[in-house]
Amino acid sequence: MAEDPVMTMQDVTLAFGPKVIQSNISLSVKRGSIFAVMGGSGCGKSTLLKSMIGLLRPSSGQFHVGTQDYWAASEAQRTEINHRFGVLFQSGALWSSMTVGDNVALPLQMFTSLDPRAIRRLVELKLALVGLLDAIDLTPAEISGGMRKRAGLARALALDPDILFFDEPSAGLDPITSARLDDLILNLRDGLGATIVIVSHELPSLFSIADDGIFLDAISKRPIAFGSPRDLRDHSTDPQVHAFMNRQRNEEGNAS
Amino acid sequence: MPEAGLVIRMPRHDGIIHKDIFMALTKPPVPHGAAISDESPGWHIVTQENISCLVLYGSWVSHNSALPEFSGREADPGSTLKCDITKLSSWDTGFIAFLWDVRRFCDKADIVFDTGALSHPMQQLLDLLPDQEAPIAPARTARLPFLDAVGVRSIAILAEVGTVATLAGRTAIAAYRSLFGKASLRRNDLLSDLFNAGPSALLIVGVVNFLVGAILAFVGAVQLQKFSAGIYVASLVGIATVRELAAVMTAIIMAGRTGGAYAARISTMQGNEEIDALKVFGISVSSYLILPAVLSLVFTMPFLYLYGCLIGMLGGYFVAISMLDITSLGYFHQTIIAFGVGQFIFGFLKSIVFGAFIGLTSCRIGLKAGRSAADVGIAATHAVVIGIVGIIALDALFAVIANSVGI
Repeated sequence: MAEDPVMTMQDVTLAFGPKVIQSNISLSVKRGSIFAVMGGSGCGKSTLLKSMIGLLRPSSGQFHVGTQDYWAASEAQRTEINHRFGVLFQSGALWSSMTVGDNVALPLQMFTSLDPRAIRRLVELKLALVGLLDAIDLTPAEISGGMRKRAGLARALALDPDILFFDEPSAGLDPITSARLDDLILNLRDGLGATIVIVSHELPSLFSIADDGIFLDAISKRPIAFGSPRDLRDHSTDPQVHAFMNRQRNEEGNAS
Repeated sequence: MPEAGLVIRMPRHDGIIHKDIFMALTKPPVPHGAAISDESPGWHIVTQENISCLVLYGSWVSHNSALPEFSGREADPGSTLKCDITKLSSWDTGFIAFLWDVRRFCDKADIVFDTGALSHPMQQLLDLLPDQEAPIAPARTARLPFLDAVGVRSIAILAEVGTVATLAGRTAIAAYRSLFGKASLRRNDLLSDLFNAGPSALLIVGVVNFLVGAILAFVGAVQLQKFSAGIYVASLVGIATVRELAAVMTAIIMAGRTGGAYAARISTMQGNEEIDALKVFGISVSSYLILPAVLSLVFTMPFLYLYGCLIGMLGGYFVAISMLDITSLGYFHQTIIAFGVGQFIFGFLKSIVFGAFIGLTSCRIGLKAGRSAADVGIAATHAVVIGIVGIIALDALFAVIANSVGI
């Protein structure tokens, strides 16, 4: 894959009002890579993801998608950039009053001029990719948590995004389903050529799929390590990163 | 399929002009580094002896234009269908959907679909897809005949009355137990509910009752002046507010304001599995959720009623003084002799019943609600509508009782 970055952040500080969550974040996500955002609970991983998908404006710093300055763009331009994004939320975030099929169909109805038959075909395909073809006419309340997550993935794929964001994709899934999801993520990356940003605690899945990453620290409120999870596991000299990656209890007792 | 030689099928050409900006933004990276072109997607089959070749060309990007569909023909079972993607410039999942159709067609016609010529990503995505057809949408449930529907609804309403009565009984037991500190009623919950149902409702209850009193006085003054009986405006406003209007108006406001809020809150808790969590801990829903809601309304409604009476009479007073030749003292005197304390007690009791009714029905509606976002809205609407209709029906019942008792 080419080395041109899809997204870059420079000196980004994330804060809710006066409360700083993370500062001095600089990162670049390469096209076609699977980029992992790691760190203990409450260190601001999901907040970083939120600022990447346009839900939280950083209090300082710059965020570029391609060559475009995301937060300097107008609202309409940001929406257009967001059409390149597919987001899988932590609990699926399916629209509960629609069927699973309608959930996937809505973005297609809103943002393409396809006729209902073509939309239905694409919806069937997306649901079949995640193994949920049978659930197309069920409502989110009628399917299990893991199915909801996969349906959320199908919805994230609706517009064939070239950047996919996954917030804890395998949390709450059994190991087999979670491994299958990892395979699916790899297939999607290879098949669709998508770039993937993944927020996760699941070390086995991070080791098997991620090839780049950033490690956020909750105490100093800044990133403390960069690189692929495998690399950090084997070569990191930072005691906290080393402990996290090797599932050891930290001496200071502040591991998550 | 005995068509020998070369068969070329022309595809549908529904090429739609690409919007450049949309394309640039939604186009996934081209897997083979091929240039994006404006050529419209298409396919044809070239048949030679027993081997057919599906030739695919153009840009298969589903969001820019409708993609061609696969319409398979009769073919010899056991023959092979190969693919040729050398003229394919770009593709996305719409292309995979097309290949999926081809594969399902081949399975049905017993043709071997040779995917060897497809690129690795295409094969991987295709491998994820099942062979089955999409399930057909379930048919909508048939409508019941009219009489059956009436019967079903009637039974449902009776069952609902029973459920609400059970809930009322449980809440009463919880209230009794809470007197001895045994129920899981927390003082803070009760206080915050009391504040929401009482002091924070004063403004809207005041405004509505003031205006109702003023309107009554205005209508009454115009009529009574004709008989030179202007002073009786005071009696009219006094009796009407104390007997009926203050209690009913206040209850309707509280049904819209507090009842709707309770129903929405409880149905949201239902959707988040919070009610399930309470049940698992053994915290009784009736004493933890319903009791504070009902108690706060039962406590505050009578006082809101008294307040509404006063404000309503004040509204009448301002209109009467400004429109008629009446002194303040005269209006005051006429108001006092117009009704006895019994009227107040009656109104007081009515508003207690209204409060309990609003609290119970709105909590019940919240508990009964489904788990989706739309269900929360439906629950809030039902709570308000049933609250208002129920209050007016109860008031009519009270009027009949009052008439027969002679108050």
